[in-house]
Amino acid sequence: MGAMAHVLAVNLAVNPVPARSQMGSSLGFHIILACFGIAFAAVTMTAEWIGIRRGDAAALLLARRWSRVMAVLVAVGAVSGTVLSYEMGLLWPGLMGRFGAAIGFPFSMEGIFFFLEAIFVGVYLYGWRRLSPWAHWWSGMPIVVAGILGAMSVVAANSWMNSPAGYTLRHGRLTSVDPVSVFFNASTPYETAHMVLAAYMVTGFVVAGVYAVGLLRGRRDRYHQLGFAISFTLAGIAAPLQVLMGDIIARFIARNQPVKFAAMEYVSRTSRDVPEWLGGILYNGHVYFGANIPDFDSILVGFSPRTRVIGLDSVPPDRRPPLDTLIHLSFDLMVGIGFFLLALAAWQGWWWWFHRRLLMTPWFLVPCAVSGVGAVAAMEAGWVVAEVGRQPWIVYHVLLVSNAVTRSSGVPVTLAVILVLYAILTVVSIGVPMVMSRRWRREAPAEEDAEQVPYGPAPARASPGLFRGGRGAR
Amino acid sequence: MSPSPEAIGVGAILFVVIAAYALFGGADFGGGIWDLLAGGAGRGAEPRELIDESITPVWEANHVWLVFVLVLLWTAFPPAFAAIMTALFVPLSLSALGIVLRGAGFAFRHTAQRLQMQQLSGAGFAAGSLITPFFLGTVIGAVATGQVPVHPAGNVLAAWTSPTAILTGLLFVAACAYISAVFLVLEARQRGRQDLVRYFSVRATVAGVVTGGLAGGALAELSSSAPYVFGRLTGVALPLVAISIAAGIAVLGMLWLRWYHAVFLRGTVAIAVATVVWGWGLAQYPYLFPTSLRLAAGSAPTASLVAEFVVAGLAVLLVAPGFALLYVLQQRRLLTAGESDADLRLAAELEPARPGPPVAAPPTGRTRLATALVLALLAIRAIREVLAPGRRR
Repeated sequence: MGAMAHVLAVNLAVNPVPARSQMGSSLGFHIILACFGIAFAAVTMTAEWIGIRRGDAAALLLARRWSRVMAVLVAVGAVSGTVLSYEMGLLWPGLMGRFGAAIGFPFSMEGIFFFLEAIFVGVYLYGWRRLSPWAHWWSGMPIVVAGILGAMSVVAANSWMNSPAGYTLRHGRLTSVDPVSVFFNASTPYETAHMVLAAYMVTGFVVAGVYAVGLLRGRRDRYHQLGFAISFTLAGIAAPLQVLMGDIIARFIARNQPVKFAAMEYVSRTSRDVPEWLGGILYNGHVYFGANIPDFDSILVGFSPRTRVIGLDSVPPDRRPPLDTLIHLSFDLMVGIGFFLLALAAWQGWWWWFHRRLLMTPWFLVPCAVSGVGAVAAMEAGWVVAEVGRQPWIVYHVLLVSNAVTRSSGVPVTLAVILVLYAILTVVSIGVPMVMSRRWRREAPAEEDAEQVPYGPAPARASPGLFRGGRGAR
Repeated sequence: MSPSPEAIGVGAILFVVIAAYALFGGADFGGGIWDLLAGGAGRGAEPRELIDESITPVWEANHVWLVFVLVLLWTAFPPAFAAIMTALFVPLSLSALGIVLRGAGFAFRHTAQRLQMQQLSGAGFAAGSLITPFFLGTVIGAVATGQVPVHPAGNVLAAWTSPTAILTGLLFVAACAYISAVFLVLEARQRGRQDLVRYFSVRATVAGVVTGGLAGGALAELSSSAPYVFGRLTGVALPLVAISIAAGIAVLGMLWLRWYHAVFLRGTVAIAVATVVWGWGLAQYPYLFPTSLRLAAGSAPTASLVAEFVVAGLAVLLVAPGFALLYVLQQRRLLTAGESDADLRLAAELEPARPGPPVAAPPTGRTRLATALVLALLAIRAIREVLAPGRRR
């Protein structure tokens, strides 16, 4: 134990900011691909279901093309996910050395579900025209299920850091672990539901945004209308559920992690009649440039203005999260975009209810075109709130970030490299589907059958190398 | 203190997974190496196309094995994981860099239209395929020679730059090239490309000989740098090492005799790889880091180890049927009844844009009125609920 205390003291000198930035940027990148891994299969299978049920060629074509985009995104996600499991150890050996045995179980489950997902993406791609229509539809089901369960597993590991449970610590060493309690800790249900809904919103609105652009450019055929309607509907169903879920989670956080909640809502002092701040900058305990709704924060937390809300002053300054302003503004951004997306969904829902038609006015389609970017921004802001809000703890009330960070020098270098590489991966994961869509529009129909994607079958031998210009053709 | 049976069991699973990654991941990396060595854009076009076709179906999915290795290590042997990740920060970061370069390069190569872009992304793919196995090899070398301190204070440069570690890195690169070339011989044969069968069997032979030489060199180095591991490699683990050597020579023999039997050739390569990995595992026993960290001292609580057994069981139960289905589909021919994408495209574009799909008619006036009333009532309730306590105060 004496040696341990010494190690901890040395540790405090290490600056965790580069490591946190690296983890944040790689997670922030991977989470977008993860959303597609969780939800894109459901969008694709909805299109296929409509296609088979109604004998709709446009819907089937959408499903086939989406399945190829899905394969590219899953493959890039496999790469960034591998890097993340490296980083767990490279950046946070202090966490993994002490608690690896505890959070290892959810990560192992995630590994299985990702494996399953990758295999069934392969089955789904190979199955086109090799299985009967409904058999093929069912072969996609494991991707949807594995996506949700995989999300649950990896989110469970994050939840555990917010609500650690299921372990015994003696003299700083883990002596026993209850993997089931680790997995189903207090935060797991909330975080899982929030993340899965977020994934459906991100995927749905991003895809809908792509087809909204197509519709705005005058491609108003059934293909584009369906592409928009299917993805927008799934996202539009998730949006109101997400707003409800968000409200429930905020109350859970006020109970479970009051200091995080205080930073989110600018509650400087523990008190009653707490106002709800919109925007603003917190400086020396005062909010500048913000608008407030009197008593509303208390009402949201306990349905009464007399509700006592715990403030930042409940813990000493070195146990408070840094960057309150970032946390609060990220929270406001997330909630604001959430309501904006809800309004878009409600607008189309209203129109559908009364007219049974898609809204085609630019007043609707232009906001829809940016809704995908908005959904991604909201999700990223949400993760900023969750992760920065937990600081300075890496495991809430158990382990400080500064005691978990690596003592290896060189993190600033890897941070710089990661930023460059992830910029390239971003270009790949946006660029490849864009190039694919341009080909679908411009090239002869016969060439589409020869397209080769990860996990998919090799193109028919009759038309070798049609898609490989350059090297292959020379 | 002897290690618990659970710890030994998870250790065994770990080495099975490492062997799987060495075999399947090795074949992938080797493909990248042969891509790099295939020559100019004109000369190398055909081998590159074959490499491309055989890698694409499982593109980067093989890294899942590596993820399992990392997760198993941190769940079952957390102190060892933390020490390796701290002391060997540099080679591990470089191997991760290789994985990203490879993935990005491979993804973009298919869609890059200009030759320059293709060459750039091809270079990323090839560089990644060299970097990752080399640095992972140095990591294994560092662990086997016991150069990783149990409580490292930071990077330990000397651990992975020792001659043994560097030799192990080179050995890994050569082994990847060897495994991959053997697999590519079979791929070429399956496609009826006799010229490429010759091309890759020559390369497989050369790579096999180089791998053997490097393995001999690494073993000789181990005798001085890691006497404990060397002693067990030439002692208790000797049968495994001997099988590996025999299998390696058998593969070269089959290539020499042009006996390209798909199952035997693949199986013998798999045996050669798996036995050498397990030999190393046996040689380390009962140490995680010979001779400073014992298995018993570095293992996780029993429940975590048992959980990993459950996970391994689930993995077999869930993943195996999926693989079987995928295999069946790969062998199956296209159904003639299924429309091609081209048919669908023509059908979809010939169809005039309809105002909307045939669905239920919009609700009648009465339903609308009722819905609107219910919604309005709910809204009023909600607003009153929120504001009522405020007035009372």
